[in-house]
Parts: sequence; C-alpha cells; structure tokens
Amino acid sequence: MMEKTPDTAGLAGPSVIPAPPSHLPHEIFGMGELPGRAGVSRRDFIKGVIASGAAVSGAAYLTGCVRPTSAMQGTVERLVSLNVNGQIRRVDVLPQETLAMTLRYKLGLTGTKLGCDRAECGACTVLIDGVAHYSCSTLTHRMRGKQVTTIEGLESPSGELHPVQQAMIDELGPQCGFCTPGQIMSGVALLNANPNPTREEARRAMSGNLCRCGAYDHYLNSIMRAARGGRGGA
Amino acid sequence: MLKDMMPHFELFQPSSLENALDLADRLGDDGWALAGGHDSFNSFKNRSTQIHSAIDLAGIAELQGIRETTDGVEIGAMATLTEVERHPLIRERYGLLADAVGQVASPQIRNSGTLGGNVCQDTRCWYYRFGLSCYRAGGNVCYADAPEAMNREHCLFGANRCVAVTPSDAAPALVALDASMVIRSSSGERVVRAEDFFMEPSRDIRRMTVLKPSEILTTIQIPAAWAGAKFYFEKVADRKAWDFALVSVAAAIKVNGNTIEDIRIVCGAVQCIPRRLTAVEQAVKGSPQNEQTAERAGAMAVRGARPLNYNHFKMPLMENLVKRAIRDA
Repeated sequence: MMEKTPDTAGLAGPSVIPAPPSHLPHEIFGMGELPGRAGVSRRDFIKGVIASGAAVSGAAYLTGCVRPTSAMQGTVERLVSLNVNGQIRRVDVLPQETLAMTLRYKLGLTGTKLGCDRAECGACTVLIDGVAHYSCSTLTHRMRGKQVTTIEGLESPSGELHPVQQAMIDELGPQCGFCTPGQIMSGVALLNANPNPTREEARRAMSGNLCRCGAYDHYLNSIMRAARGGRGGA
Repeated sequence: MLKDMMPHFELFQPSSLENALDLADRLGDDGWALAGGHDSFNSFKNRSTQIHSAIDLAGIAELQGIRETTDGVEIGAMATLTEVERHPLIRERYGLLADAVGQVASPQIRNSGTLGGNVCQDTRCWYYRFGLSCYRAGGNVCYADAPEAMNREHCLFGANRCVAVTPSDAAPALVALDASMVIRSSSGERVVRAEDFFMEPSRDIRRMTVLKPSEILTTIQIPAAWAGAKFYFEKVADRKAWDFALVSVAAAIKVNGNTIEDIRIVCGAVQCIPRRLTAVEQAVKGSPQNEQTAERAGAMAVRGARPLNYNHFKMPLMENLVKRAIRDA
C-alpha cells in the first residue's frame, strides 16, 4: 500500500496535499474566501436578519465561516509532521482541522470512515498511542509527537491480516461493512489493553461504535475469537 | 443551512498555564478554552457556538495527573475520564467518582474527555443546541417550556425562564464527595466548592458554571473526609452507552452499626445544577439504613418538583433512585 512505501513518506509525493475534490464544499479546506463577519455570532446575525427583513444570501451565513483577515501571532504552525502507521508524513494542517479530515482527504487513508462527524457513531475510530479515539473530534494539531494507527496500519509488513481483521472474516462479522474499520480499531484497542477479555468487557469496550445493520453480536463473536488466538468455540 | 464541517478558528497551544492565562486575558470573550473538545466541537460544527480563537489546554503539564495530598486527592482538570476511572486511589477510596465517570458517554469519549471538561459542559437542551435564540442564548423565550414543547429531558426543579438540566455525570459525584474546584486567572487563584461551582439560571442564565472567560479550571480537589464511605451511583438514560442521564443519583453515606451517621446525596439531570438533597440528608441522619428510611427519603426527594408537559416520569424515577441509593449503598 502507498503509505507503507518509504519513498512516499517524506515531503514529496502527490498524496501529501491534494487539491480539494471539486464536489466538496471549499470550507472543508478552509479555502473559501468568504466575506469576514468577525465578531458577529450566528444568533446575532439571525436576529439582525429578522429585524431588518433582509434576504438570507450571504455565503458566510451558509457556512458560518468567521474568517479573520490575518492570522494572529502565536497561533499554531501549520506544517505538521504526523506519525501515521509508523511513517512520518508532513502535512499542511488548518488550525480547526480534525484528524479524520487529515487522514481521509490529505493522506488518502480513506479506510477511516466519517459517519456522524459528531463523536457519536465510532466509524472514525483510530488508535492514538494505542488507545481508541474518535478521529472526527480530535484536532490534528494535537497529534504532534503521537503515534496514529488507522485500519490501513494493522496489516503486517508481510501482508498478513491483524488477528482481529482475520477473526472478522472467519466469523462473518460485518454486514454492510461501513462501521467495520471503526469496530476493528476498538477491538484492537481492547485486546492491546486486555488480551483476554470477558464477553461483557468486550461489549463495554465496543459500546462506542454503532452498527446500523445491528451486527453487534457478530462483531463480539469476532473479537472473542481474536482473543482466543483465532480459534472458534464458545 | 449547512451545519457540517468544523468552521474556522485560530488555534493556540500554550505549553504553560501562565501562557494560557495570558491568552485567556488577552482574548477575553473571543477566547475559548478547549479541554477534550467533544462538547465544544459539536457546538462549533452545528454553528450553535461561534468562536474566534481556541486555547488548547492539552499541552499544559500543570493541568494533568492525579496526585495524593495530605487531605485527599487532587485531580488535574485535564486528566481524562479513563485515567480517573482506572486510578487505583480513586477506585479504592473515592469509588463514587470512578463509577460516575465510568458511565460517561463511550470508551472513546472517556479516553479523550477530561474531568474538567465534563463539569464545564454546556447543557444539552436541543432547542438551545439547535441555535435558537432562547433565554440562555440571549433571547427572550424558552422553546422547551412552550405548550407544544418536547421537554422530556428537562428539569423538575429550579426553573427560571430556562428549564435545561446539568448534563454531567461527574458533577453529582463531585458534589456528593464535597469536592472543591481550583480556578486560576492571571490575577490569582480562587477555590470554589463543587456545589457552588454550578450556575443557576436565576443567577446568570448565560453560563453553566461560575467560570469567567479569563479563568481556567485547573484542579479538582477531593477531601479525605468521605474516603471509603459507602457509595452509590446510578444513571438512568435511554441508552446504556453514549447517552446523557434522564436522572442520576450519587450518594456518600457514613454508617455506624446500621445507623446513618452522615450523608450527602445529589441528583443529576433534574435541575440546571446538580441538586443536593439537603432536606433528605437532614431527615435520614440518625435513622437506620433500611427499606423504611429509604422509602421516606424517596418521597421527600421529589417534594416541590414542578414537572413540565412530558417529564412527569422523572418524578417516580428520581424517587426510586434516591430510595435505592439509601437502601443499597
């Protein structure tokens, strides 16, 4: 896979800072040059609109982007070295950018899914220093000096699947599969901390990941199988 | 309207508390102190809160860690809920807090959510969260207390224009343990008891705590006075994971023989602040810890409740939780 090749790990490489896909709104990348309304809250703005009967047409209202005209002193340095799946990737990161956005849209690691983008569903779960976190609600700027592991980083260099991944296949864990990367990351975090969990402990560890197909028991079976070293059974 | 991606803000990552306080001073109302960030990011993405600059507290060593002191334990405001839940000292002597924070949201949120952030959360009233111009948002109406309003999650007590409730699971436990909050600003330090830390709408409807924009909650101190007491925490919510409490109860009870010698009992999600049941405490002190006392306490706990259209169910719920706390602690 691309991020495993050492040559692409440095500054060079087209995948580091891709142009925003045209179908995505520009404010994902903070590139929309919108009229500044610094200091005006949305509530105040709505009140203003109601009071004056003005038509709602401003792009700033749509996006809620309050963009200062110039960066203030002392704010974060935008160029960040991220340790993702054991590789150092240099990325230009916006101050407000979440880890999920950086992983998916700047590093091309789209195995990490965005479901709710509100820290509710768990599809974006990644490991930070081995512990499960919602990447949709983690600022990329907090990742300096940390090790991020995504679903792409679980496979061994020889191409062997992680035991939790293999157990997912053996137990037919996923149904539609959208939440699976997040479920796997939660399972891996659990087994890192507690290699021999009870089913109840596993249930609790997986409780931050929603599955709209309702394949919860299948996921639990998979985690328990991985904990048994891949063997079937109770 | 697009309510989606994180809007732009400037980000400051101070490495010392001094720098953070300087920034908080300089930025004033434009600054926003960021702890774990879950509550904040949701508000930003939903455009119900708009900020100019965020002060990230994650890099400040003074705000981290859990330390034993001569009189109890001191928890840095940026200690994560997982750290608090798993800390041997907290588990052994202040199990009430470990139980409470262990029921916050989901594992991932507890891994990055902090104790300081948990007690500083904004309310979950969805009319307010939706960005409507209600009293709390500076307007002049409460959408949750209108005739057609859906107010199943709202308050039983202490309504004052606003009928929102405290969302924190840790808060009732901290009040029951008689914790103190250490607050710093560039001009000094003040210590506020946990029960005085939360703001009633009658005092200031725009704020959930006594924190001012220039102040940062640095430490939560738990005195040894209640270490090793009998504890009871129970949270009832629609879902066992992620969800906020419909009613929660936290109790610390000192029992001698079978007699209740001293007690602090607090309910969450029934008022805008954690509701300490002082009348119940007075009434059960000196009584035996049994079914009868518990029954009496439960009935007393809901006295004076003023339910809204859809939250009558909270009254028997609260009554039963108080009853169980006193009987089963």
